[in-house]
Amino acid sequence: MCAMSLHATYRDSGSVTVVDMGGRIVLGDGSALLRKTIGQLLADDRTKILINLADVNYIDSSGIGELVHAYTSVKTRGGELKLLHLTKKVRDLLQITKLYTVFDVYSDETTAVRSFL
Amino acid sequence: MTDDNKHLEVVLDTRVESVNLAEEMCLRVAESAGFDEEMCYRIGMSVREGVINAFHYGNQERPEKKIHLAVDITPEKLVIHVMDEGKGFKLSDVPDPLAEENILSTSGRGIFLMRAFMDEFDVVPGTTGGAEIVMAKRLPGTENGHSNGRSGTGGDNAPQKEA
Repeated sequence: MCAMSLHATYRDSGSVTVVDMGGRIVLGDGSALLRKTIGQLLADDRTKILINLADVNYIDSSGIGELVHAYTSVKTRGGELKLLHLTKKVRDLLQITKLYTVFDVYSDETTAVRSFL
Repeated sequence: MTDDNKHLEVVLDTRVESVNLAEEMCLRVAESAGFDEEMCYRIGMSVREGVINAFHYGNQERPEKKIHLAVDITPEKLVIHVMDEGKGFKLSDVPDPLAEENILSTSGRGIFLMRAFMDEFDVVPGTTGGAEIVMAKRLPGTENGHSNGRSGTGGDNAPQKEA
């Protein structure tokens, strides 16, 4: 139950970079991979980022902190970071921590990508 | 402690891997106690957050310090204790993560999540001189008389040796 580590790949959808993540964003490797991925994208001047969390079934407080860090890092660079396909557990977590209103959240990728334009 | 009570305790190293280990151990106990998937998730998350708190804030990630985890099952509830070897802290000193000025903070949500997910939650001085988090979840089928997060569990629930 705890062994599913995070994995992340990214692809282009027009000018938007879609990051497909799966597994657990938790203290340790999971949070570190998210930070590294966002850091790489910003280094490549990719500042329109859509994180697809469809396969992320678990986030702890460290993972939440890492998502917030990603959000503020992209924003500082003049870009936008949005979230796609939240699972129920992740959505509930963002709601009770009041972050659901901070992040721009979408359930449809086409609509999400268009929202950057 | 009566025969109806069960007690388990383990001393964990101050390392990231201890967080998963503690979560897995408590999940097995919670499942065997009859909690459903959603309740197990909440208990597991709370244990994670308690151990992360001990690892990072209590023990300052210093490997020579230990994290003391204990689980008690009474006829009414599952009680979890997480004790560090730090300097202790007061709940009243913990910033509110929902406050506007803290919403975009990258840390400080662990205590909030434990309070939200467990029926009882408190922080008391530990016997190590550090902080001891004591949190409880009522067993399935027992009367659910507690609201989230404010019931003091204090010293009555301090870890005890099995009879």
